[in-house]
Order: sequence, then C-alpha cells, then structure tokens
Amino acid sequence: MADATVTGGMPAGLGARGAAATPGPMVAADGTPLKASLARSLRRQKMRALLLIAPLLLFIVVSFVLPIGDMLLRSVQNGIVPDTLPRTVVALRDDPAEVPGEAVFEALYADLVVAEEYKVHTQLGSRLNYEMGGASSMFRGAGRAVGRFGTDIYAEQFEDADPALVDPARWAVWMADPAVREALPRTADAYDAWAGFTAELGGDDPAAEELGDVVYAALYRDLASGAQAPGLPAVDVAGFESVSLRDEFIADDAGWGEPAIWDLLRTFSPRVTAGYYLNAVDLQMGPDGVEMRPEGDRIYLQLFVRTMILSVTITATCILLGYPVAFLLASLPMRSANLLMILVLLPFWTSLLVRTSAWKVLLQQQGVINDLLVWAGLIGNDGRLALINNQTGTIIAMTHILLPFMILPLYSVMKGIPPTYVRAAKSLGANDWTAFWRVYFPQSIPGIGAGSILVFILAIGYYITPELVGGTKGVFISNRIAYHISDSLNWGLAAALGTILLAVVLLLYWAYDRMVGIDNVKLGG
Amino acid sequence: MTITKLMGSAALALLPMAGAAFAQDASAELPPCEGCAESMVIMSWGGAYQNSQLKAYVEPYIAQTGIAVTWDESSNEAIAKLRAAQEAGNMPFDLVDVEGPDAQRACDEGLAAEIDVAEVLAPGADGATVEDDFGDSLINDCYVPQIYFSTTFGYRTDVAEWNGATPDDLCDVFDTTAFPGKRSLQASPKKNLEWALICDGVPAADVYKVLEEEGGVERALAKLDTIKGDVIWWTAGAETPQLLADKEVVIGSTYNGRLFSVIAEQGQPVEMLWDYQNFDFDGWIVPAGLDEARMNRVMHFLHFATDTQRLADQAKYIAYGPARASSQPLVSTHAELGIEMAPFMPTNPDNMKNFLVNNIEWWADHQDEVEATFQNWLAQ
Repeated sequence: MADATVTGGMPAGLGARGAAATPGPMVAADGTPLKASLARSLRRQKMRALLLIAPLLLFIVVSFVLPIGDMLLRSVQNGIVPDTLPRTVVALRDDPAEVPGEAVFEALYADLVVAEEYKVHTQLGSRLNYEMGGASSMFRGAGRAVGRFGTDIYAEQFEDADPALVDPARWAVWMADPAVREALPRTADAYDAWAGFTAELGGDDPAAEELGDVVYAALYRDLASGAQAPGLPAVDVAGFESVSLRDEFIADDAGWGEPAIWDLLRTFSPRVTAGYYLNAVDLQMGPDGVEMRPEGDRIYLQLFVRTMILSVTITATCILLGYPVAFLLASLPMRSANLLMILVLLPFWTSLLVRTSAWKVLLQQQGVINDLLVWAGLIGNDGRLALINNQTGTIIAMTHILLPFMILPLYSVMKGIPPTYVRAAKSLGANDWTAFWRVYFPQSIPGIGAGSILVFILAIGYYITPELVGGTKGVFISNRIAYHISDSLNWGLAAALGTILLAVVLLLYWAYDRMVGIDNVKLGG
Repeated sequence: MTITKLMGSAALALLPMAGAAFAQDASAELPPCEGCAESMVIMSWGGAYQNSQLKAYVEPYIAQTGIAVTWDESSNEAIAKLRAAQEAGNMPFDLVDVEGPDAQRACDEGLAAEIDVAEVLAPGADGATVEDDFGDSLINDCYVPQIYFSTTFGYRTDVAEWNGATPDDLCDVFDTTAFPGKRSLQASPKKNLEWALICDGVPAADVYKVLEEEGGVERALAKLDTIKGDVIWWTAGAETPQLLADKEVVIGSTYNGRLFSVIAEQGQPVEMLWDYQNFDFDGWIVPAGLDEARMNRVMHFLHFATDTQRLADQAKYIAYGPARASSQPLVSTHAELGIEMAPFMPTNPDNMKNFLVNNIEWWADHQDEVEATFQNWLAQ
C-alpha cells in the first residue's frame, strides 16, 4: 500500500523536480528516504487506529470469540475415555474379541479403582450414556463394586508367603529402583497410581500406608507371567488362589459380558470424535460404519428443516407487513411520521416475555380472538381455531416481535429515495403501479435485503418465543440446544448442533452475497 | 418404604396440637460456628418456594448468626451453572437447591460434595436417627432432602359436558368419552409414560420393567396417542394453573404446590386428583471444592435448616411434605390463610392410596434415548 501511495499518488511536478535535483531515492525534510518516512507514518496511523479499537477488540475476543471457540471445540472433544480408562484403552487395542479377555478386565479394574478414588468414573458413565442407555449405571455400579471384588486374597497370600511383601516402607524403596520397575511393569504402574491418590487425596505418606489391593493384584499378574524382580523376596505364586476379574465384573452387571459396551469403548477411545456431529444429523456409528439412526429416534434433521422453513416464512410475513408500513412512514410528513415511528418502536420498550404472554391471552382457544370470532358468528363454539401451541402461534408471535427489524432498515432506505424519480416517471406517462414497480421498488430492494438478513438471522436462533407459544410442532432447533445445555448436560451435542446452525447461517449469507451482493444491503439511507 | 412410614405419622398431623410437644425454641441450642465464612450464596427456585425457605429457616438463621445471605434464583439450570462454574475454577455458590434427578447428576458428575448426613444433620426430634428419619429420600451421598413434592392432576369442577361426574381415577385422564375436553401434560416422557402404562393395564410395580423391554416405550406412547389430539404440552410448572384458570384445559398435570395456590389462594373451581401422584424430592447439594470456611458455614446452616422443626415450619408456607418423618406430626396451618395444610400435603395418607416414586436411577440411565423417542413422537 505504501508503495502505491508513493508512486501512484505523487504529483507529476514533484517527481520531476526531485529527479532533477538529486538522482536516487527521494528524501523527506529530515533526510530519511521519503518511502520509509511515509511507511513509518502510515504504520503509526495504523497503530493508533489499532490502539483506539483495542479495548473493543479485546472485549470481543475475551467475551465472545474465546468462549464460543471453546464451546465449539467441545463438539469433537472426547478426551474423557482415554483419560479415565488409559490402561483399558491400551489393552483393548490388543484384544479384538467381541468381549475381551481377562487382561482387559484387569486393566479396567485398575482404571476404575483409580477413577473411583477421584470420583470421575461416573462422569465417564454419563458421557457414554449419551451413546448407550444404561452405561451410566454400569459405571456407577462398577465403581461401587471394585472395592468388593475378591482381590484382597492376594495381599493375604503374599503376607503368608513373606511378611516383607506387605511392608510399605520396603515397597517405597523397591519402587524407586529402575530394575524392579522394569521387571514388574504392571506393579510399578499400579503402585504409582495408588501412591498418587494416597498422597494427593488422603494427604498420606505412601511409604507408611497399607498398600491397596490393586497393587497386589498387579504383582500377582506380573509374577504369574514369570517375572523375576531383583531385590524382592522370591515367591512362587503358582499355588496362589486367584480371582477372575472378568467373572467379577460380569457378576456385578451382565452388561460387561456383552459386546455392546466394548464396541462403545472401542469407538470412543480416540481423543477426537465425530460422534456428536453424527448424532446431530440423526446418524450413528454402527458396526459397519456410519448409518441412519432408527426411524423413531430421528429428530434433528427435521428440526433443522423446520427452523429454516419457519424462519423463511417469518421473514416473508415481515416483508409483507413491514413494507407498507415503511412506505407510509417514508411518505408522510415528518410530524405524523415521527408519531407512527413511536408506535413501531413501542414494542422494543416492552419485555419480550410480556409481549409473548400477551399473545397467549389473545390467541388461545378461549382467548380474545376466538371469543370475538365466535361472538361475530364467523365460527361456531365447537370450531374454535387453534392459533397457538403450533406453528401458527410461532409465526404470528415472532412476526410481531421481529417486525421492527424489518421496518427500520426499509424506512431508512425509502427515506433516501428522491420523490422526484417517481414524479419524473409519472410525467413521462407511467401509471401509479408502473411508477412504483419499475422505479420505486427496485430502489427499495437494498432495504428489503437488509431487513431480511436481520430478521432471518434473528429468527433462526430464536428460542424463548417458540418455547412459549410453539407447542410441540412450532419449536426450533435452538430449543433442543437449550435442552442439551441445561437439562441433559450433553454439551458436546449442543456444541455440534450450534456449530451446524452457525455453518448453515454462514452458508446462506455467502449464497446471499453471491446472488444479491452484500454491497446492495443498506441499513441507512 | 419410608413413604408408608410417613403415612402413619402424617395421620397425626390431623390431630390438633399434636406437634406442640415437639415445638421448641432453637435459639438456645444453635452452637456458635467456628472458622466459618460470614456470608453464603444460596441458589434456589425463586417465587413461593424460595419464600418458604426464607421464612422457615433462612431468616431465623440470619437473625441468630447475623451472616449475609445472597440468593441466586436459577435452580432450573443449576447443573449447567455448576458445571460452568467448576470448569471456570470459581464457584460462586455455597448451597444449591435441586430436585432429586439433578442431585443424582451433580453427584455423578463430581459437581457436588459428598456429605456425611449422620454427622452433619440433627437427629429427629423424636429421637430417630438421621438415616431413619429421612429414609428413602436420601437418594445418594450428596443429597440433603427438604421436601417431598408430587406431580399430580387438577381438574375443573364446572365442566358441563361431564354431567356432574368427577374424575377420581388416573385413567379418567385418558377417558375422553366420559371426560371430554383438553388436557395439559408435561412435554417430557417422565411421568407420562408411567401413567400411560398403568392405564394400559401394567401393574405399578412393573412399570419400569415394561419400559425397559423392547417395545415398552412404544406401548406407552400408543396409549398416549389415544389422547394426543386433546393435549396441550407444558414446559413450565405455572402453565397448567393458568390453562385451568383460563378454561383452556379441563384436567392438567403439574406440581401439587401450584395446584394449592390455584385452589386455596386464587379460589378457582379446581379440585385435585391424587390418584398415582408421582413423588419426587427437592433438597440441597453443596458444590464440590469449597474452601474450609465456606464449607463450615454451609454445614452449620444445614444442621439448623433441616432439623425437624424447621422442615415442619416450611409447610406453613407451601404445600409440600417435609422430607423427615419426624416433621410430619408438626405440620399445622398455613401461615397467612390459616387453613389446615394436611389435606394438601402429598404425604397425607388420604392422598396416597396410589402413588409412584420417581425412579431416578432408571431415568438417569434411559433419559437420553427415551427423550429422543418422545420428542420424535411429539413432532409426528
């Protein structure tokens, strides 16, 4: 830009004189090259502009961009499975069986013992319950049950074999020895986890506390698989009584013995998931890849389509009702136009809830409008119209609420259309309609464009009015988003639905720009 | 079953002055709170319910301790707010009032602290242990229940088409021939599915077993289909009272306390249909991770606010049954209207010939998929 300004914007005379006086780069009054000096002053200007908008920019970034970005990221985040069940996720990779073997259950046991201490297994249960009903109580139940699994027999048997094996102080020494850790990997892992929560949650010294059963269970497995640890008393575990954790889990809840939960854990092992997006468009991850949800569970596509159709309808009714009003406002003398303008703005000063509730009183079957129609004999008492708790109610109430957003841009654009054009058209022989349609209307289109964009984008995200007057068939996708944010707490799904809605709006905006041109949109005359 | 135990003790409420023996001045016994914060932020529901809490125990507690209490009236989105606050690492609330299912969710999500009720709360005034006194309302390790409320039906008494008949059976709601007119039901599968199955011939004890079976939910929806054209679906508890008062509906489900205000406070021609009322709990949870001073204050308050007398006092201001069995005999008359509260209490034996208890665990497990099916059905 700076270059263009210097070369392009320079008066011809100045260039000629400079070239004549000193060949080479032009210099400013202080001797620096003119180009650099100009660039510096431009940079300064830009910096000043940036500083001026900095507070607003910072505010928008902190209060708008970051939170929304964080929310949208939730639609793909799935760290909770690998974070809560790290050992199980690894063990499952090596076990392709429908219902995995003992090794996976042992990993699950260790994971759940830790998760139960930190009280995070129930969070995982809630997360997986979004995908499979019943997962929540399986994890809650398993969390309660892991303490009762018969793994305490290992500690007793190790103590009988050699009392040194249950001495916490010696364990602390062994577990600090890399050779021991390498020989007994599972034990070291279990000990670290146990020592971690003992110190962190209980505030106790692991070197003085009785070890958890999970450590002995791991030690048994290490030794049973033939590990030899230097420094530890030699114990032959061949004669040990053992316990099958697989059986224990399945005895607690038969669900652990069925493929469904394991399919689910395999599907949601990665840190990033498309599951929420699939769910948001009525798809699901089946055994053979992506498939449609069962007929009875599909709701979101239908809601997206309905949101679009109703928003377009509301925009259209706003144009139909708003255009004549704006036309009248623009053509009346200032005094009466101002009075009418107050009537248009009055709804802005009334609470949204009050306006919506007023519509309830007017529209319900025993309401004012139906009473009037019955009184006038237009409809019978049995034939009262259903004007609320359906799509009609949503369209009527939202048209009323959004109408000012259509009238105001239309009015300001119409104000800017010189009345002389229509007069000129008429003097050239056009009748009233032709003068309006051929001359006036095309000039008011930018106002329609601006009003439509405003109304449509506001309508598509509307939530409280459809909730109150929409019944079951007049609600929008935003009502489902609100439900998942505050009721079901499925924020991932809410984020996915919100992202899709945002993408659809941007897509429509882009299409509008291509077809009409965003430059043709005017918010003011 | 605690509820059956409550029946016995609630009967005593009908005897005048039965509670006088237990009534006592708590000011002498409130121990000082050491190392406690000097203020509390309590989240509750606003409106009449919060007012009953204010009058029954928050104001008395402030009078005795002089601490400052701030209310946040957003319990209807409590869990979302708690989760957001926990993620932000800044917990503005000290005590949160939630319904049973939300308490379960908060406990599961690690949002609520576990509370040792036997240690924190006062034993019953009749000497019962805390566990016995609260009984089944102690649904999880994080919950300190205050009241039983129920979702039940109200009907207009002036419907000409009914020819003088009054509904006295849950299934009259599904009978549009004998009781024509619009109904209002909650736009949620909870309770509606249970009621539909009962009226489809399923014994109340087997309702959840049937719902879990293949086709169980569909069976309930098929029953609801028979009245679908006559139903207005509500989302806020205040809607049914308004619809009843405006004659928009002739029968509607809502929370029993809301119907109490329609009948007793507004004097509308409405009566209650208690058959198979659906019990739920409302109570306190304490956010996880409060510092020691705040935690001490909350526990000190809970000890006071959930004792036998205070829970009974709450029933003077709102028609919900105290969660303690020992409070039942102390329930007396409404503080302003002076009417006997016992007939309006969900725990009154006359009102409990048939009842259901919200199966929190089942709904926690199945809400997501049943909700999707239900919403889909609604949209058809």
